[in-house]
Amino acid sequence: MNVKIIGRMLSFIIAIEAVFMLPAMALNFADGETRSAFAFIVVIAGMLLLAGLTYLLCKGGSSAFYASEGFACVGLGWTLMSVFGCLPFVISGEIPNFVDAFFETVSGFTTTGASILPNVEVISRGMLYWRGFTHWLGGMGMLVFLLAVIPMADKTSGYTMHILRAESPGPSVDKLAPRMRKTARLLYGMYFFLSVANYVCLRFARMPAFDALCIMFASAGTGGFGVRADSLASYTPAAQIVTIIFPLLFGANFSIYYMLIIRKFRAVLRNEELRLYLAIFVLATAAIALNIRGYFATFGEVLRHAAFQVSTIMTTTGFSTTDSNLWPPFSKAILLCLMITGACAGSTGGGIKCARLLLYFKSLLRNVRQLLHPNRVEMVRVNGQVIPETVLKNTNAYLVAYMIISVASVLIISVDGFSVESNLSAVLACFNNIGPGFDAFGVTSNYAALSVLSKLVLSFDMLCGRLEIFPILALLTRSAWSRKV
Amino acid sequence: MKIIIAGDGKIGFSLTKQLAAEGHDLTVIDINPKVLDTVQNNFDIMVVCGNCATMDTLQAANIEQADLLIAVSDKDEINLLCCMTAHSINPNLHSIARVRDPEYTNQAYLMCDLMGLSMVVNPERSAAQEISRLLKYPGFLKRDTFVGGRVEIVELKVSAKSPMNGVKIMKLSGVIGCKVLICAIVRAGKCIIPSGMDSLMEGDRVFLTAPSNVLQTLLKNLGVVTKKVRSCLIIGGGRISYYLARNLVSAGIRVKIIEQNHDKCVSLASLLPGVTVVEGDASTQSMLSSEGMELFDSVVSLTGLDELNAMLAMYCSGSVNNIVTKIDRIESTGVLDVLPLGSVIHPKELASNEIVRYVRAMQNQSGAAVTVHSIADSMAEASEFAVTAATRNLGVPLKDIRLKDHVLVACIAHGPTVEIPDGDSVISEGDTVIVVTDGSRVIGQLNDIFE
Repeated sequence: MNVKIIGRMLSFIIAIEAVFMLPAMALNFADGETRSAFAFIVVIAGMLLLAGLTYLLCKGGSSAFYASEGFACVGLGWTLMSVFGCLPFVISGEIPNFVDAFFETVSGFTTTGASILPNVEVISRGMLYWRGFTHWLGGMGMLVFLLAVIPMADKTSGYTMHILRAESPGPSVDKLAPRMRKTARLLYGMYFFLSVANYVCLRFARMPAFDALCIMFASAGTGGFGVRADSLASYTPAAQIVTIIFPLLFGANFSIYYMLIIRKFRAVLRNEELRLYLAIFVLATAAIALNIRGYFATFGEVLRHAAFQVSTIMTTTGFSTTDSNLWPPFSKAILLCLMITGACAGSTGGGIKCARLLLYFKSLLRNVRQLLHPNRVEMVRVNGQVIPETVLKNTNAYLVAYMIISVASVLIISVDGFSVESNLSAVLACFNNIGPGFDAFGVTSNYAALSVLSKLVLSFDMLCGRLEIFPILALLTRSAWSRKV
Repeated sequence: MKIIIAGDGKIGFSLTKQLAAEGHDLTVIDINPKVLDTVQNNFDIMVVCGNCATMDTLQAANIEQADLLIAVSDKDEINLLCCMTAHSINPNLHSIARVRDPEYTNQAYLMCDLMGLSMVVNPERSAAQEISRLLKYPGFLKRDTFVGGRVEIVELKVSAKSPMNGVKIMKLSGVIGCKVLICAIVRAGKCIIPSGMDSLMEGDRVFLTAPSNVLQTLLKNLGVVTKKVRSCLIIGGGRISYYLARNLVSAGIRVKIIEQNHDKCVSLASLLPGVTVVEGDASTQSMLSSEGMELFDSVVSLTGLDELNAMLAMYCSGSVNNIVTKIDRIESTGVLDVLPLGSVIHPKELASNEIVRYVRAMQNQSGAAVTVHSIADSMAEASEFAVTAATRNLGVPLKDIRLKDHVLVACIAHGPTVEIPDGDSVISEGDTVIVVTDGSRVIGQLNDIFE
């Protein structure tokens, strides 16, 4: 493992995170929240110093960068980002407990939106801004941002591919353009454009400016941190409809938008993942709307609430307009399933992803056919392209790791004594980066009641969910750190 | 520029390496996902898996937007079809195809016209031309020409007995009796761009810039025997051997080819009437002696195995003066430096250099290099630039100009006169200069050399 180059990358990550804290600091100053503002100053100064020192220590040295360095950069980078990101909360005293603040920040960066705050409305605006901004940054990924802005010294190097592979969600990752820098810029360009569009729409729906900014951050990253205690329930119906549509857009594969830009409309229409994604949305909405038709006065209201809840859960955002905890079991079961399926690969959303779902169904069908015709040779195809067996193998391994981590987490959390439904939904909601679960951890309550161990387990689950398990697991293996061959 | 490389073989890989370093947007097409994975992990490029001659694959590689297509897969027909297909989609495309079957060579120009190809590269023929150039001018390990052939960069090995051994570079002109400039030294596998204070040591490979007309004097003063080559033994009967034998025969050199495969022998014998073709295994000593190896004044080993070529060269080096060894796969020649292999030829490097030169010429509107040769095992680069009014520091003596590190002005041609520069030399508009740099930076324009 080439420690020096990892150190250099980490120093960049810390420095950029510090720079991103500046607006939050300014906002606190403007509001006269001096204590919080000073907390930011201390943290920013400390981070810049640390980044500088790390960079100087790791200057020079070889630029060898292989898959293990890529995993280490992403795994360590995200952990460090979360540790530093939570310091303003702790130092300002707004979330005095370190573990709580860490949970909240991990929840932000991984775009989960699970909170330990009993009342979000007492938090200062600067802190709310920072909390929301972690969603925006975490959605597309810090390292992808780094690839877009930092000119890498060695132009010939293809090592950036290892980073993109480790950070971007989905069974297989492709570049959009020959140059990594261009790819990263395209991704962030589309992300930025959609974010601005989202903000403008929210403003048209008469949401206050600061709220619109924070809700936009949360929708774009498919996070779910709101600024009011009742999430989105007290905003206008128009704002709620905007927040049905935009998370859906952010939950779609960003290569779809690239295809739209280069005018390959037919490929977009025929994209199997997009079709599955939209089909799940429509069917789930219809089923829930039928199931809860007695709960609201008009059919329009029923449809809006159903569509909102389906969109927010399947894109792994986790807002709410109403207390879904009170819905009938069938609707809750559908929402639980949507938590697992998640959004599309290459999006800002979490979960298993529709792309993997397609692969599971198709390889399952292939296996069944092979039972009937043992000598049959058949390839799994998606969008007409043959999927290599190694991708299928990795996708299957992913499901196994996913199951093991889910079950183990549920077991550990059960020690705290909450109901089975609470525990299961809490793990699924954190692991799949959604946010609120059901029962004790439903939309009206929070995660503060859990023990320290459970909070750390759930933080681990959130990081595993966002980085798709393997970068975090790779960090934990001994061979990643061994100097021996 | 946006460049598509179809076929990720030996040439494809070395092209990817060079062109990616120069900042082009590359897309590499190959049918084998494994090699694509490797190339994508090593360079900042995009890859497309598929048959490069199909429209779907080319469109997936975004052929509509591309400036240049380089088809270097292992089949000539695929390469040609690939270029034709690409042309039908994007008529403004420049295309380069590798065509190496001797049967097609005679119609290469016609094919360029018919199929809209910008260039046809034939690595085997380029290698053969390079070898025959070396044999016609023995004594140098490698020669690259600049400024329309009036300046050359030649490679020499410093032996223990050489008058250059142990001499400081600033005193070199006195020792060898003519004005040359040492622009690069390869010592123990590393390339040095030397200053006047460095000394030459035994085992160094030095790269000298000199006007073509002093080369003869140079060799004479160095005590290098330069008897004209009259006979050549070629070991291995592949495509290079065919082109080389044809070249040498037309220059009046007697050629004997030893080849193991009966069918190849028959085809060579029928294609090359004036050449003696011998069927047999050249790796046996008795075979070489019975064919009178020591009577030849040059041996060229061109079998398909690098190891065998090196062994043969070492075996012959005791009794034959001029030896040329073909090396295909071994990348850095650092390990080969200590072996007496004579001139080492890397066909893939030659071909990719040829293509890189074309790519640079495409950019030439912006003042890019006229000619580029990579020297010192690709660890250094010699580029020829035209001096225009936009060039900075015109009329300033070189000693007063601050050049970047590892950059050397190796030669200045003022109209018809060629000057080997010293501190008092000046660059003026209309001149041609040759600049040598080590591999650490790419010089795109002449102004890039100034600090």
